[in-house]
Amino acid sequence: MQIYGQDIGSALLLGTAQYPSPAILKAAIKASGSEIITVSLRRETADGSGAGFWDTLRDTPCHILPNTAGCHSVQEAVTTAMMARDLFDTNWIKLEVIGHADTLQPDVFGLVEAARILSANGFSVFPYTTDDLIVGERLLEAGCEVLMPWGAPIGSGQGLRNPDALRSMRAHFPDVPLIVDAGIGCPSDATRAMELGIDAVLTNTAVAKAGDPVSMARAMSLAIKAGKLAHDADPMERRDMAVPSTPMLGMAELI
Amino acid sequence: MKILMNAKPFEVAHEKLDEVLRELGVTSPSIATAINGTFVARSQRNAVVLKEGDRLEVLSPMQGG
Repeated sequence: MQIYGQDIGSALLLGTAQYPSPAILKAAIKASGSEIITVSLRRETADGSGAGFWDTLRDTPCHILPNTAGCHSVQEAVTTAMMARDLFDTNWIKLEVIGHADTLQPDVFGLVEAARILSANGFSVFPYTTDDLIVGERLLEAGCEVLMPWGAPIGSGQGLRNPDALRSMRAHFPDVPLIVDAGIGCPSDATRAMELGIDAVLTNTAVAKAGDPVSMARAMSLAIKAGKLAHDADPMERRDMAVPSTPMLGMAELI
Repeated sequence: MKILMNAKPFEVAHEKLDEVLRELGVTSPSIATAINGTFVARSQRNAVVLKEGDRLEVLSPMQGG
């Protein structure tokens, strides 16, 4: 998969929040095989914990993808993106403009506006969006080279609420990298996304909140590889009725 | 003068942003800054001046999804 000119070998993007400890976070990143990890920015605390967190991650070989999580307006998101670029020394930004605090649904109108401003300012924008095709078109027009449709609401673990819409997105944008972001609960959800032809999956809570995050990171990695392999192998079509798999020819008459 | 850093009130003697940060004990290189909602780049901190009542935001890396 190529994103913004970078060859990315792993189709799993991993979030870094909510792990039981920094050591488990590091081990989970390694077990996941992920080459892109997401981070955020928050107010500096007196104990300098932010710098401590960054020290544990900066020596990983992964690409850093900062987010604008929690931003509800275009201005907030744009300013946060600029601060992220200054802090993490990357043009990549996972753009979130949130419409509602309870559903965490993207405000797609603000998202397109912010994407246009940031793209014009040299950012490589990874927009967290819905599965709406027209919004996707607007984001591409705004300068995005990748789309990140939701599977289900952030942190819900509901999997793919609307696989048909994701299939439509795949058909509508055959050459645009699509990353399902948000809502993955189990590795089977990630497999399903990959079987639909989605290019990659971003997950955080499903790994971090598992009883054993390191094993779950590995399970996600294997599930995504299985889904990709299955998609490339061209799965059979569904049938409404049973069709015998064992040949009927040569059946004995035993009655 | 009085300013707000991350929504907390502080009394500072300096005016330039880089000097104010030092005065307030913010020494980590891993920070990003904004004043009154406007981003201030690392390279501009020695040029930008704060005034009474300004809202300074100092952000650092955090875990994120």
